[in-house]
Amino acid sequence: MQTDQILMTFFAGVILLGALGFYLGRSKAARTRAGGTHMHSQPDQYAWFAVLSSAGPAIIAAALAAIVLGVLETAFPGWLAVASALGLGAIGLFLGLNRIRPELRARDSLERTVKWVLLGAASVSVLTTFGILFSILFEAIRFFQMESFWYFITGTEWSPGDSFLAAAGREGGGDGAMFGALPLFAGTFMITAIAMLVAVPIGVSAAIYMAEYAPPVLRDVAKPVLEVLAGIPTVVYGFFAAITVAPLIVAVAESVGLEASFSNALAPGIVMGIMIIPFISSLSDDVISSVPTAMRQGSLALGTTRNETIRYVVLPAALPGIISATLLGVSRALGETMIVVMAAGMRPNLTANPLEDMTTVTVSIVSALTGDNEFGSAATLSAFALGLVLFVVTLALNFVSVMMIRRFRAKYAVNNL
Amino acid sequence: MTTKLASPGAPVTFNQETTHDLELTVRDLKLWYGENQALKGIDLDIYENNITALIGPSGCGKSTFLRCLNRMNDLIPTVRTEGEIMMEGRNVLSKEVDEVALRKKVGMVFQKPNPFPKSIYENVAYAPRMHDIVPAGKEQDELVETSLRAAGLWEEVKDQLGSPGTSLSGGQQQRLCIARAIAVQPSVILMDEPTSALDPISTATIEDLMYELKKEYTIVVVTHNMQQAARIADYTAFFHLGEVIEYNDTATMFSTPSEKRTEDYITGRYG
Amino acid sequence: MSQSLDDISRQLKKRHRKSARMKWLSFGALLLAGVFLVLFLADMLIKGLPAFQQAYIQVEVNYSERASELPLAAVEADVRELVSRGYLRLIPNRMEANPDLLGTQRMEWVLADDEVDQYLQGADSSLSAKHKAVVDRLTEAGRAELQFNTGFFTNGDSKLPEMAGLASAAVGSVMLLIVTLAFAFPVGVMTAVYLEEFAPDNRFTRFIDVNINNLAAIPSILFGLLGLAIFINFFGAPRSSALAGGLTLGLMTLPIIIITARAALSSVPDSIRHAAFGVGATRWQTVRDHVLPLSMPGILTGSIIGMAQALGETAPLIIIGMIAFIPDAPTSFTQAATVLPAQIYTWASMPESAYVERTAAGIIVLLSVLITLNATAVYLRKKFEHRW
Repeated sequence: MQTDQILMTFFAGVILLGALGFYLGRSKAARTRAGGTHMHSQPDQYAWFAVLSSAGPAIIAAALAAIVLGVLETAFPGWLAVASALGLGAIGLFLGLNRIRPELRARDSLERTVKWVLLGAASVSVLTTFGILFSILFEAIRFFQMESFWYFITGTEWSPGDSFLAAAGREGGGDGAMFGALPLFAGTFMITAIAMLVAVPIGVSAAIYMAEYAPPVLRDVAKPVLEVLAGIPTVVYGFFAAITVAPLIVAVAESVGLEASFSNALAPGIVMGIMIIPFISSLSDDVISSVPTAMRQGSLALGTTRNETIRYVVLPAALPGIISATLLGVSRALGETMIVVMAAGMRPNLTANPLEDMTTVTVSIVSALTGDNEFGSAATLSAFALGLVLFVVTLALNFVSVMMIRRFRAKYAVNNL
Repeated sequence: MTTKLASPGAPVTFNQETTHDLELTVRDLKLWYGENQALKGIDLDIYENNITALIGPSGCGKSTFLRCLNRMNDLIPTVRTEGEIMMEGRNVLSKEVDEVALRKKVGMVFQKPNPFPKSIYENVAYAPRMHDIVPAGKEQDELVETSLRAAGLWEEVKDQLGSPGTSLSGGQQQRLCIARAIAVQPSVILMDEPTSALDPISTATIEDLMYELKKEYTIVVVTHNMQQAARIADYTAFFHLGEVIEYNDTATMFSTPSEKRTEDYITGRYG
Repeated sequence: MSQSLDDISRQLKKRHRKSARMKWLSFGALLLAGVFLVLFLADMLIKGLPAFQQAYIQVEVNYSERASELPLAAVEADVRELVSRGYLRLIPNRMEANPDLLGTQRMEWVLADDEVDQYLQGADSSLSAKHKAVVDRLTEAGRAELQFNTGFFTNGDSKLPEMAGLASAAVGSVMLLIVTLAFAFPVGVMTAVYLEEFAPDNRFTRFIDVNINNLAAIPSILFGLLGLAIFINFFGAPRSSALAGGLTLGLMTLPIIIITARAALSSVPDSIRHAAFGVGATRWQTVRDHVLPLSMPGILTGSIIGMAQALGETAPLIIIGMIAFIPDAPTSFTQAATVLPAQIYTWASMPESAYVERTAAGIIVLLSVLITLNATAVYLRKKFEHRW
């Protein structure tokens, strides 16, 4: 059977079991109650109790079966898993119905079950983080068993090209493959730096204007405009960078006698900067606005100008928050994929010239996983090693950023950040 | 000293001779928050090197009035004022007077101590540096020391000038704010309930300090606390519903108020 | 010792000028951000609007015996190069579907080749001078014109620009969003309910809290690696399918939904909970009957914003293979599918110039949908905003 047919059968079965449980449980409880017996809980609660005792085991069994099937692909056929899960559900239904008696505290067990289900849902996000970490870590370890970790961190040549030959067992085939990721880190750093050079001054200045000067009407217009900028999909920015900005840069560079590649680092950098402006401006705006008015008044009352008050009192007070916003922006720039995939080059290039083409960590991840490479080859697995670096760096940046904003919050007892 | 009485037509507010120079004269000052009139024609003379206390129930306009004296109300977009506040022969409410310059001349201390999140030294040195009063270095150090001494804080903080102003106790913070105001060399210091957030001992210290400061500065203080007004003020104005009900030297005001409402307020019938 | 007002004012002149400069500089930054947006939108409109019009030419179509074998034979040699090959290819099918056509000969408006389209739009075209002359002649005779490009909305992807449309990507996007919503909405709301209403304040709860914030900051491409490793390699979900993509984006959208749902739940005042507890409701009954309904508008707003983000996301989907060439709309969640942003990405890498305007047109469509979604969210928030 097809996967979707199996899933369909299972869901239909579970819904049927549940509905049956609800109807039978409710009618049994209602009958008992009509007989004049005092019951602990409401009929509906008994009904839900029956639903849980039938659908619960079925869903748990199916989830377990799915995991076992994931580990051992041919342990048993899928339809068998569905049949046994539904069978378990039927047994559960029978037992659950039998337990419906006046003294059964259905309400309490419902409450307990609800709490556990909610806790289970809350664990999904934790599992996701660990899922990301481990799925990347395991494949990365496989990669580092094939290639040197030291060379990966410090090597200057990245050419995963023919490593598939080695994976295919051909002697000496992988000799040409080199996994020195330094040029990728350098390219990522260069583009991120360009992006921050655009985003931080514009973003923070715009935030200063919005928080300190803007009349309410302008603020009401400017905020949504910046939000639109933040809501544009990255693939759209990527197209803009590749089709409009890059040729523009080449033309400008030519007019001043410089040579620029069509996939230069400047175009994705600038466009990425534009994309990050709203992140920085909106967080900085919040932070600047929550610097207590007493600070401003204290400074203005000493006969300082608006500008002096902002520069020497408000901004220093808001600095941890602004740094925090900047770090979040950096983390976004490092992990940004589409803009660089579409507008930056594919050639690992260790250079300080932003007019040359260079590639980044995310571009290499994408190209490693979109080719026709064998999954187990070093070329493919290198994506996970790069992903690991990206994960660790962005997590660290986010951590520092959270610490800084927490310090700001503690200092001024601000609660809305 | 000569007696300069208020301009002709002004209400006679004193029943005895005064022996002080005028620092500020306020004539028919009206103020609106949007449609709401908060001050309904205030006439008040403020005398040099004296402490003038403004008392009255909450919402009577005394703080609003205080904030007119250095135009802090300009920061609220909906505020509109009429009338005049004369200083050095100028109406400081008019557009020709630069409010930043005015604020350098008329300093302010707020209800809650609001030291900047900087070191104690920087808190004091910040505004003089902006105004370019003294060059950085030794002279600046001296100015900081003089100001802190004048605020009676020097002995307590001289060994920790580099630690943040926010690390001080509430009373010390308020004296730091006073030192900060003194450092720009104003001639008037406005104080908006400066001790209402402090403990009794800190309050006593600040009151002593005010007594010292009036030798050099003119002080206008808003207070909720009538005993405080009685203790420290040379003159007291009683505000009610945006008007000055009575203005007199403090002793007379508290012993024989001429208005029934003043008597009711100072005897605690409302407040 | 105190300076006079006039002296101070004189010294202030320079400082005031500096202050004004700062104000205008910061305003300039804001303006610049606005100008970027306007330039960007204008660029997309200029590039994309032509794609909503498509060139058609009127030619004599000869449904002969020979044409059912060799479709090229159906039209005159001089216009053969000008007719879309996609149209010609379908002639035998149409003849099979409608046998009456055999042996007839009719003037028909047919889809033109993309180069003819580019030429008529006034863009660069690689048509030969001879063909350009033919097109000019046809135009003069009223036999070549631009019509509204319905195919763009009804066709799937194609290797021929004039045949390429958004339909299959749109269906893919809808299916993907269904999976994303079906996963992220219940799990997100349940997590928020747990954290706001049930969770004790202990280490584990704080850990979940920190974790959710971290999750929101993880680069989207890493979710693609997760989806590849877990959903595809481990659970065996079909590559490129809406199921795998939807679950991956579901995990990515989760933090947004959780964070907004928590904000909505915590804005319901405690007095409501106390009232419900007071009449003997259990915690779950209180949440289900009172707190959740009251916070639903906020939760929905957050979910719409989350969906809008998922709709625009590309990077993780590339990793799990959703950039395949999909000419026909998928009919099940396990079939290979593509989505709007992935379609834009695919078109953006095509060499033909006609794809550039199609890419931009796709962007216009995508942005319109996104703006509509976000405007709906804003409207919902405004309409149901409670002031407690």
